[in-house]
Amino acid sequence: MQQSNYLIRKVLFGLVTLAVVVGFNFALFRILPGDPVKAIARSPRLTQEMREKLRVEFGLDKPVFLDLERLKTGDVIGAFDTQFTAYINALLHGNLGISFRSRRAVSEILAERVWRTVVLVAAGETLSLVLGITLGLVAAWRRGTRADMGILLYALFSWGLPTFFLGIILLILAQGLLPVGGMVTPGLKPEDGWVYWTDVGKHLILPTLTMAIIYTSSYILIMRSSVMGVLSEDYILTAKAKGMSTFRILRSEALKNAMLPMVTIAALNLAYTVGGAIQVETVFSWPGVGRLMYEAVMTRDYPVLQGTFLLLAVAVIVANLTADILYSVLDPRVKAG
Amino acid sequence: MTMQQLREIGRAFIRRPAGIVGLIMLLVVVLVAIAAPWLAPYHPKDKIDVSPGDLLTPPDSEHLLGRDDAGRDVLSQLIYGARVSLTVGFVASFMSMVIGTTIGLVAGYRGGRIDSLSMRLVDFLLVIPDLPLMLVIISMWGRGLWKIILVIGLLGWTVTARLVRSQVLSIKERCYILRARVIGASHYRIAARHILPQVIPLVIAEAVLAVSGAIIAESSLSFLGLGDPTLVSWGMMLNFAFERAISRRAWWFLLPPGFAIVWVSVGLILIGSTLEEIVNPSLKTHHLFDSRRMMARIAGRVPKEPAPDHTALVETERAE
Repeated sequence: MQQSNYLIRKVLFGLVTLAVVVGFNFALFRILPGDPVKAIARSPRLTQEMREKLRVEFGLDKPVFLDLERLKTGDVIGAFDTQFTAYINALLHGNLGISFRSRRAVSEILAERVWRTVVLVAAGETLSLVLGITLGLVAAWRRGTRADMGILLYALFSWGLPTFFLGIILLILAQGLLPVGGMVTPGLKPEDGWVYWTDVGKHLILPTLTMAIIYTSSYILIMRSSVMGVLSEDYILTAKAKGMSTFRILRSEALKNAMLPMVTIAALNLAYTVGGAIQVETVFSWPGVGRLMYEAVMTRDYPVLQGTFLLLAVAVIVANLTADILYSVLDPRVKAG
Repeated sequence: MTMQQLREIGRAFIRRPAGIVGLIMLLVVVLVAIAAPWLAPYHPKDKIDVSPGDLLTPPDSEHLLGRDDAGRDVLSQLIYGARVSLTVGFVASFMSMVIGTTIGLVAGYRGGRIDSLSMRLVDFLLVIPDLPLMLVIISMWGRGLWKIILVIGLLGWTVTARLVRSQVLSIKERCYILRARVIGASHYRIAARHILPQVIPLVIAEAVLAVSGAIIAESSLSFLGLGDPTLVSWGMMLNFAFERAISRRAWWFLLPPGFAIVWVSVGLILIGSTLEEIVNPSLKTHHLFDSRRMMARIAGRVPKEPAPDHTALVETERAE
């Protein structure tokens, strides 16, 4: 009973969060001076036909939130025929407007780019998890030694290192050795099969490494202290007394028990990793959603900016909700949350 | 916080090498920022003898760090950039600290609906990706130093609020608070005179760490092209250098601003974590190295296992 209460609360909170983000996204682009949305519909870069289509789809000649005139006459349902409901309606149909720059539908651009960011973030998170777990384990096992101090010092410094600057340093260092920009050597196509994918892999090395170096530090610190906690438990002493080797204790006991928090932390870190992805993609010209956001900022492509933010925020919220649910399944003790 | 407490903290601080190193690192930058007009050989925006040969010239005796793509002196830009970074860092962190302490104090002391509402707000802000949100707000609102400070300050108070709340929950159950209440002290007086002074040292340690976070946030925004266009900041130097100078391998333009950011933020992290170690003796390990604090920082949720501060945890559970 408590379990399902916990889940219901989490799901409700997730839904409220989503609603607030959508509302914020709507309001931010409309209440500010200059009214960018109206500017969009008047943009000379779009064709007359596109402007007319946008005007109808987003109800731009209607009131923003509530039609007070119609409410006074008793037409309650008609009073909600506003820009806000038009926006929600368009959103539910996957319509995020038209890009200023490329004149293509924003949802189309996002769909084309999103998997590239997913690949990058997944590669970066996986590498930093593997590194973080290993280094954290070593630091806890050898605590107080030079190895431990070295690992902690690394964690401290990477805390103060901006992601984009690390990317620039790696880019300078690796010039000539590895591809430093883009996703694939121009000219190669997916039809080339093996050659194409190894080329993509090579382009992925530097961006992944940049993310891993920055995000490993938090995993190291968490892993180190949770392993230290486990190692001080009585059952570890028992295992030692029974003659189990240190390696086996670390592998079978310490690792297993210290891993649980890592599952959630990995998902929760996503809110930060997404910000890192924007910087890394900008530095290495990785053509994902992050780079798209940077380009939208530079070219004042507001519909793209709005769509990208919505996509990133929704992705992080959904990932966190999933992690919450997963965690309560993995660890039945989590009920009261 | 009494004078004696302050002196004790100071005495404990100078015994720790990490804190001293951090303090020296920060002081260097503060002095450079204050003395910028005297230290900088040129005005950061001056284009000196702009002829095609002067653009992106490597360091020489006249320009110790060379010149940028518009013929401006890089060293002077670097020196003036310290002002922007420190201003953003300290003002934004101060704002977050005031907001976070107020919300944490009210939530922890009053409890009930205000508490759960403000903690849900914290949860909400923690799942929203910071950098994309800042990018969207600044690019819609317009670029400017005060806008950047406001955005960073208004989004950065969550960790402080949570920290203060958990402290207040344990402090308010202590006997002397009850006694003050019996004597007839008002809630406002108890919160302001008896509880606030107890949490201030911890808040200050947290604020120092927040300064480094704010400096990194500003540099990321500027690097992504949203810095104040009327000022020269380190992040913006990196933006220009990256856009225009990386293909010519102008390391003198690229590396100094980046290392300046790393320098000042590592200094601040060293100071902040040393302070935290001193004022929060219940943390047996370094705060950065404590998993529970780390989790609270990242996730905003405190796990249910026994935490170092047992009283605080008991109170948290009772309140929920």
